[in-house]
Order: sequence, then C-alpha cells, then structure tokens
Amino acid sequence: MKPKFGVVVFPGSNCDHDAYYAVKKVLGYEAEFLWHKEKDLKGSDVIILPGGFSYGDYLRTGSIARFSPIMDSVYSFAENGGVVIGICNGFQILLEIGLLPGVMIQNESLKFVCKDLYLAVQTSDSIFTKDIGQSVIKIPIKHGEGNYYTDEETLKSLEENNQILFKYCTIDGKIEPEANPNGALLNIAGIMNKRKNVMGMMPHPENACDPILSKTDGALIFKSVAMNL
Amino acid sequence: MFKATVIVKRRPTIVDPQGKAVEQGAKLLGFNNVRKTRIGKYIEFFVDTTDKSLAEKEVKEYSEKLLSNPIMEDFEFMLEEVR
Repeated sequence: MKPKFGVVVFPGSNCDHDAYYAVKKVLGYEAEFLWHKEKDLKGSDVIILPGGFSYGDYLRTGSIARFSPIMDSVYSFAENGGVVIGICNGFQILLEIGLLPGVMIQNESLKFVCKDLYLAVQTSDSIFTKDIGQSVIKIPIKHGEGNYYTDEETLKSLEENNQILFKYCTIDGKIEPEANPNGALLNIAGIMNKRKNVMGMMPHPENACDPILSKTDGALIFKSVAMNL
Repeated sequence: MFKATVIVKRRPTIVDPQGKAVEQGAKLLGFNNVRKTRIGKYIEFFVDTTDKSLAEKEVKEYSEKLLSNPIMEDFEFMLEEVR
C-alpha cells in the first residue's frame, strides 16, 4: 500500500507545492493538500508542515499558524503516534506548538541564506533516518530564522535521548563552526521528539528529490519514512 | 474599556542578532557610547470590558499564549482605563 502524505497549506506557505510534487510526482506516493482551516487529515499516514512564511512570519515565525484549526488535529495525530514532518517554517510551527522543544531565532549573520549544504546524519534510530544509508546528505536551506536555541537542560536531554537527527557539516562530514549557516546550537539542523514520530528540520528535503535538480538526497528521508511506517 | 500596552523582551541570556546589527549602525553614526542594544516588541490594544480584573486576566493570557514565547521572552503590561 502506498503511504499517503497530507501537506498542510497555511496562508503564506510557499513550499507546499514543492513537497506535494516531491512525494507524489517524483516518489509516487499518495498526497493531498490539507487547508489550514479544515480539521480533517483525510486519512493521511504522514503529515508535512511545509516551508514558507505562514501569516507573514508576523510576531514570531510559526506563532500564529499554530492556532490554525488543522493544528488541533495535527497535535492529536502526533500525540497518538502519527508521523509529522515539519520543514523550515513547519519546524518553526512545531516549536511554537510545543511538539518539539526549543525556539528559532534570527540567523546570526542576519542574512537570509539560500544554498546547498551538507548534513551529518546523527542517528539511524528513527523512521526518518533508518534507511538513509549515508552518513552525509546534501540538502538546500533557505531561511532567515534558522538559529536553533534552547536551554542547556533541554539540549542535554536532546543529546541523551538521541533526538538530534541532523547537524550542519562540511562535505566530508566534519561538524565545525564554519559549516554552521545560522548560528544554531551544536550545528543543529533537525531534531525529533522523544517518541521519535515528530521531526523538524530547517533544510528542505523536498527540494532535493527530483533528479533534474541534480541532487536527490532529500528523497532518502521520505523513502525511509515510507518504508518504515 | 481599557487600553493595554504590552512590552515583550527577549531574555537577557538569549542573543539578539537584530540588536547587535542595529548597534553597528549606531557606531557608524558615531554613537560610540551605545552599549547592549536589545530589540523587543511594543503592542497596544483595547479590551472592551469594565471589569479590570477580567481585563488583566485576558491581557496576561493573550501575552502568555501568543504575544510572547515563554521559552525566550518575558513580557510586562500596563492597563489604563479609557472612556
């Protein structure tokens, strides 16, 4: 059976179609858009909160989108073990609603950064990374607020529970300050919750799926999820 | 009716890249004594009730749930009765 990806559309989402295209047209899974004012997840096996600038990024990134009607359903879905992937703005929304710990602040450089980057895969003990089969993947980022921050205690528990999925690294997998595009603590690019069914990442795997773009490592994440549902 | 004024500040322990950048502007303008610029938010609105304790409760909850993120920000507010 083909898994079904539900892609939530908020006002200001701009990677919703990219995510839909990647999972449906490139990878051949089922996919459906879910309007933020609805509550029905339409039988989705996986929910994607896509990138963009929901509600214009006003107040704080993701702070208003988290109160959209669909987010009640997404929250219950996640609490019941459903798989949720937040990409970029989707990650920011997951932080605001409290499904993932921490906050996102402006990039240290204050610049919007848009480029291909390398991520060191930190654990294979998750549905998101189990079948990636590579220690380094190349995925683009495009954000102005991807500077992950949390208190020391939370950071320690993220490490202890193996919740850090991806760290920014060099092409040969070295995790060093030079490879950090935004100032994120410990070069963190992606994390998951303790239960390991909710993940957020700033880089855009949906923009690294179609071979025509000459990079396909993003597909490894969606395939890993699809294979291990 | 009450007029509410909420000020949201980033916690002192959390870096403020915006404040840092603005301070660079201050240096360019020759304000060499300016230190520790921090940028926060000023929000004002009205609460349509005559009950002050209800107004206080609403402003507090609004500030906690939406206007600030308790992980990185603190807030303070003022209420002023208006006619």
